[in-house]
Amino acid sequence: MTAPRLSIEELSAISLRDGDRPILRRVALSVGTGEVHGLVGESGAGKSTIAKAILGIIPSQVKVTGGRIGFEGRDLLSLSAAELRAVLGRDIALVPQDPSTALNPSRRIDAQMTDGLRLKRGLAMKEARLRARALLEEVQIRDPDRVLVSYPHQLSGGMRQRVLIAAAFGLEPKLVIADEPTTALDVTVQKQILRLIRSLQERHGTSVLFVSHDLGVVAKICDRVTVLYMGKVVEQGATVEVLAAPRHAYTKALLAANPRYDRPDTGLEPTPPELIAALRAEIAAFDANAGTGPRDG
Amino acid sequence: MADDLLVARGLVVSYGRHAGPAVLHGVDIHVGKGETVGIVGESGSGKTTLGRALLGLVKPATGSVVFDGNDITTLDERARRPLRRRMQMIFQDPMSSLNPRHTIGRILTEPVLLHGVARDRQTALALVYGVLDRVGLSRETVDRYSYELSGGQRQRVGIARAVVLRPDFVLADEIVSGLDVSTQAQVLRLLKELTGEMHLALAFISHDLSVVRSICQRVVVMREGRVVEEGPCERVFAAPQAAYTRMLIDAIPLPTVDPGWLTRGASVEATTTA
Repeated sequence: MTAPRLSIEELSAISLRDGDRPILRRVALSVGTGEVHGLVGESGAGKSTIAKAILGIIPSQVKVTGGRIGFEGRDLLSLSAAELRAVLGRDIALVPQDPSTALNPSRRIDAQMTDGLRLKRGLAMKEARLRARALLEEVQIRDPDRVLVSYPHQLSGGMRQRVLIAAAFGLEPKLVIADEPTTALDVTVQKQILRLIRSLQERHGTSVLFVSHDLGVVAKICDRVTVLYMGKVVEQGATVEVLAAPRHAYTKALLAANPRYDRPDTGLEPTPPELIAALRAEIAAFDANAGTGPRDG
Repeated sequence: MADDLLVARGLVVSYGRHAGPAVLHGVDIHVGKGETVGIVGESGSGKTTLGRALLGLVKPATGSVVFDGNDITTLDERARRPLRRRMQMIFQDPMSSLNPRHTIGRILTEPVLLHGVARDRQTALALVYGVLDRVGLSRETVDRYSYELSGGQRQRVGIARAVVLRPDFVLADEIVSGLDVSTQAQVLRLLKELTGEMHLALAFISHDLSVVRSICQRVVVMREGRVVEEGPCERVFAAPQAAYTRMLIDAIPLPTVDPGWLTRGASVEATTTA
């Protein structure tokens, strides 16, 4: 295997507002070239914190206490704001969760799409507009000319997400962070969007870090998956292996809690209290160890 | 049909003063005593409006909603009041449906007194304690405020508020959509147990067909204000009759690796979705 596109090593973070509570515990994960990597876990597991750390938008109450985020031979955590700005949008792009808040409601789609193409790709306005139109066609928008002159509120949620995907992939980034990109969408639209992300990613060889709470979605689009619990990686591997033969009890519990339309009486198994107690103990032992023990890796 | 508790016929609902385009175009639905019926559909299908009409919260332009022999669309406010206790609702977002300035104790005891389920505060509180025990919340919860609780705990309060009145029918509108799967499983299991224990009829509105499969006996599939399919979950999920139901089911990602899934059905969607 060639060197991974993104290589997160021993990433740790604490919440300053909450008594320095650890929120990431030496997270290690790598995303290979052309790989879609799922980052799954329940709320509070630290999925979004990892995505934000990559994008340099860690909230002020969170402090990264260790580790590195390796991308193209550099540690993103050590870059200056200007250096990071040169990387973001150009080499790393984001597909956000909520397409209704990610677009500026008072600007037309063409203005918002050409911004990135002009600033990050150096295109002239006229070229940028042609490119934006081509990009909308690439995400299977049938009437790109109408969409270009539309305001976000004139488009459906699925259309807005297509626009955002076009904008993200249009900059030909090496890595796309997709943060729950289909959570706000209807299930039939979700399928179309997943199909679109996968086909664009395959066509351009883009690496994708796909943040999701939904194991079903991850099963359909991710090559590999990392399962997080309380900021700690509990399981990692090829999606097919993790889902068919999960090794960690937490992954098994997540799968057991997932309702399935093809079987009766599923989705009624909450995480057993004994397992939660065991997980908490595992985390406490890890913290005690991490605080005093030698740093490995 | 003798055991039907709630029967709606030919419901037409439109919003706005001058009866704009209809949101429901003649919907028929029935819920039996003690039966759990799922109402599924995508955004804009009219499922929430149907739920509101079933409770008498919106007045249909035409059609009837008969609850235990009474057509609630024709009853005046006074006549409807005794039925209110028997028809309860659990809301999607407990954060915005629980008054943040009232303690949980007040939120739960007030309706009990108001509907005359208990005559005095002490009896009401005893009932509330019983329900809190049943939904898995500690009795100290009565002194807490909604914002001090987790999402799962808040949704238990929402359930407690509905069932403490000993209703015959409960409408639940997207009540697990904001929850993690393990919390969702707790809430679904609780609801399933309660409907059994209390012989409660439940209309369970959801965009998530898998969740509906897990707790409902029957399912009603809606699209653009019409029922496109209806039947026992076992039959509908195994052999859907309507092309739209088939497409909805095929769009649900199961947690199994299936390389052909993403591209399957692409041509069907192009013709079926607007």
